Amino acid sequence: MTPVSRGFFGRRRPVADPSRVPPGQYVTADFPVLSAGPTPHTPLDEWSFTIQGEVAEPVSWPWDEFRALPSETVTVDIHCVTKWTKLDTTWTGVSIDTLLEGVDTSAEYLTAWSDGGYTTNLALEDVTDGKAWVAHEFGGELLEPEHGGPARLLVPHLYFWKSAKWVRGLTFTADDEPGFWETYGYHNHGDPWLEQRYQGD
Amino acid sequence: MGVLELVEETPQAKSIVLEPRDWPGHRAGQHVDVRLTAPDGYQAQRSYSIASAPEDDHLVLTVQRLADGEVSPYLLDVLGPGDELELRGPIGGYFVWEESLGGPLLLIAGGSGIAPFRSVLRHGVAAHSSIPVRLVYSARSLAEVIYREELMRLADHDGVDVRFTLTREWPEDWTGHRGRIDRELLQDVSWPPSEQPRIYICGPSAFVEAAANTLVGSGHDPSRIRTERFGPTGT
Repeated sequence: MTPVSRGFFGRRRPVADPSRVPPGQYVTADFPVLSAGPTPHTPLDEWSFTIQGEVAEPVSWPWDEFRALPSETVTVDIHCVTKWTKLDTTWTGVSIDTLLEGVDTSAEYLTAWSDGGYTTNLALEDVTDGKAWVAHEFGGELLEPEHGGPARLLVPHLYFWKSAKWVRGLTFTADDEPGFWETYGYHNHGDPWLEQRYQGD
Repeated sequence: MGVLELVEETPQAKSIVLEPRDWPGHRAGQHVDVRLTAPDGYQAQRSYSIASAPEDDHLVLTVQRLADGEVSPYLLDVLGPGDELELRGPIGGYFVWEESLGGPLLLIAGGSGIAPFRSVLRHGVAAHSSIPVRLVYSARSLAEVIYREELMRLADHDGVDVRFTLTREWPEDWTGHRGRIDRELLQDVSWPPSEQPRIYICGPSAFVEAAANTLVGSGHDPSRIRTERFGPTGT
């Protein structure tokens, strides 16, 4: 049993729908930033998105071709392991389902990798069936570099470190291989509703 | 963990001194999660950097007041000696420094972002590190400089250099830098990129973004730069 903190009553802000806020999270109107290093600034003519690894045929889209892919606009809640939750964020991007349409693979895991060297691992089932996108717009504007632009992964049902900023590709792997934060003590799966923040949760 | 003492660092910041209990030890630069529980079971959690060195007897967290905060006002105004504070940690294995990571070491702090660097500096001294370290610390005014006297004392050690910059107000006879951290100051303080300093930046998000971009623009290898950010971006 968790002991009560003497004299603490909380300053709960009214939330329209508390059922949308996972345990241990608070709602913010800001958009805080968490990253381990400097923000990369890759010119768009050097940018591409690549799917590789345990696939029959790697595939890669330069920026213009990527932007020409069918995109979707979604409004989702996002949850950062540093405790903030932001409700009703609107993103435009390409569904992972769309990107995988022509990809032949039997692998069940993948690593998203980014400019700057960041990686995060995901199970295929966590990014398919309308659960993940490669987003290039936020709130109707081009995604700013500080928030992961030109494009970031968007996997809103997992803690936001899984939504890799500055994402450049997915590498399919036969085994589940821990990514950057997953190697540094964060949870391998990161479900905010199960409060899977750190290893052992 | 039991609270031993609260030390006023500035009018808006205190250090919470804790008696480690079931504590596995930490590395300089790591943080903890603090969890508060209300009588009805409601909980609020926040992360705070550890400000004490792994070698220190007590665990220290330094908390700066967030005007509209939920947890920091409690920690600053209500928490007292003898109270229990629920901690989880240590957390984070990347924004850490120890001698095996080498140097030279450049630390850049904005506001309460100084906390993990107190741990790093104290660790360097306790471990008799021979790696040269330079700290640049940006605060709004002299009154808002956390650990001011201790940082001056640490600067007396060979190989430790501490520089302050004050961004809003400064004493008439202030001989340190004035204004925000900029390219000129960083080039003046830092080792050149050819010496491959290890660089750690901690502070409010916009501060970290500006400092990191400036250093990368000056030719420093992004992979030698580790960052820790807090607070909103305002965007």
